Amino acid sequence: MSIPHLLVHDHNDNVGVVVVEGLKAGTSMMAVVTADNSTFEIEAKADIPIGHKVALKDLEAGDTAMKYGEDIGRFVAKVGRGEHVHVHNLKTKRW
Amino acid sequence: MASKYSNMTIRAYRRDNGRVGVRNHVVILPVDDISNAACEAVANNIKGTLALPHAYGRLQFGEDLDLHFRTMIGTGANPNVAAVVVIGIEPGWTKRIVDGIAATGKPVAGFSIEQNGDLKTIMDASRTAKEFVHYATELQREECSISDLWVSTKCGESDTTTGLGSCPTVGNMYDKLLPEGIYGCFGETSEITGAEHIAKARAINPEVGERWYAMWKAYQTSVIEQFKTNDLSESQPTRGNIEGGLTTIEEKALGNLEKIGRTSKYIDILEPAEAPRSGKGLYFMDSSSAAAECVTLMAAGGFVIHTFPTGQGNVVGNPIVPVIKITANPRTVRTMGEHVDVDVSGILRREMTIDEAGDALIDMIVRTANGRNTAAEALGHREFVMTKLYRSA
Repeated sequence: MSIPHLLVHDHNDNVGVVVVEGLKAGTSMMAVVTADNSTFEIEAKADIPIGHKVALKDLEAGDTAMKYGEDIGRFVAKVGRGEHVHVHNLKTKRW
Repeated sequence: MASKYSNMTIRAYRRDNGRVGVRNHVVILPVDDISNAACEAVANNIKGTLALPHAYGRLQFGEDLDLHFRTMIGTGANPNVAAVVVIGIEPGWTKRIVDGIAATGKPVAGFSIEQNGDLKTIMDASRTAKEFVHYATELQREECSISDLWVSTKCGESDTTTGLGSCPTVGNMYDKLLPEGIYGCFGETSEITGAEHIAKARAINPEVGERWYAMWKAYQTSVIEQFKTNDLSESQPTRGNIEGGLTTIEEKALGNLEKIGRTSKYIDILEPAEAPRSGKGLYFMDSSSAAAECVTLMAAGGFVIHTFPTGQGNVVGNPIVPVIKITANPRTVRTMGEHVDVDVSGILRREMTIDEAGDALIDMIVRTANGRNTAAEALGHREFVMTKLYRSA
């Protein structure tokens, strides 16, 4: 297997994690779902730093972000597939 | 059932109370902040001793004072400590700590400053410290079972790679070594928020799970809800967590809990700095998620090796307990590799399995127990930070 650009914990997740440095917009990312090592491809729509998240599908404000197959918060802005997910469009449901 | 881990041995120090230590420190312990100077003078006089200066110990009361004594006594009692000189401003609280440590059977002596002054106290304490160094340096490591180890964990400056790599590495180690009879400990009460339903379900039985949930809820109600001014972003998760790609506390919590693996269940809940009393197995300690505070509390609880997954590169160490750093972040390996003991970045490249990473950590635990200095020890990280529950009187 070639080295993946993106790792996804669970098939129910709607975000994945960039695991390479220097990822550029337009890259066709090789993604691996760690639960079963299945793979898929997705295009990066932005330069995204290592460790930061990518939306795996088009998402709307109010949608729940899923990672580890669990609820990790609420989208507060529209996010397109392949775009950067972070504090500008995702917030905690706690506190 | 025997596994490939069952026959692993370490060379370590077996103490009079049966516990096994992996270091052999002679500690000069201040009861209070104003005794730091005398302790540091003794440690300067007598080579091979270690002063543990700290900020507190005056006018504390109630639960906060109990925690102070528990932390002081637990630190001195830790099996990584061979002998202890205790110095306080007055003899009463000094004796209370000396008596607590003496229950382990190790050499301990107390000195107090009032009616002596710093200079006489330093001279008297230095003579005793010198005798303790002679005693400690003649002690020999002997063969012990890996099951004699008490191994704690807490992660720091986490990012998304800790949940993918370094925390599951620790979890894999616990899944392999807890069945062999080690003691384990995790904590970080606020940092389970968003994964509390999972943590509650990982108790050995529903009664323990309910007690865990009540403890978790109490911190939410009595501290976070009372004092918060926003959603805690930049505090929990920290600014470093956010730089590393973690966005919410829920996301951070789910990664954090990877440290207890797939099969391990906790058997009891510990107060901060409390020693386990329910036998071998995994414990949850009610504790801060701040690295130095948490490691100090777990060391005071009697744990002798700490496993510390990091993403962005928390550099914390502890004066008496070796802190093993594990990271899966290749940028952290590249930019601050001198802080990393176990590089598991191969997990992200799919070149290393979690099982292989767990074995690499177990190998490093054995080598550390045998005497290998960790990165934090070699770099001089000796963060000793007392947890304070509320303002002193």
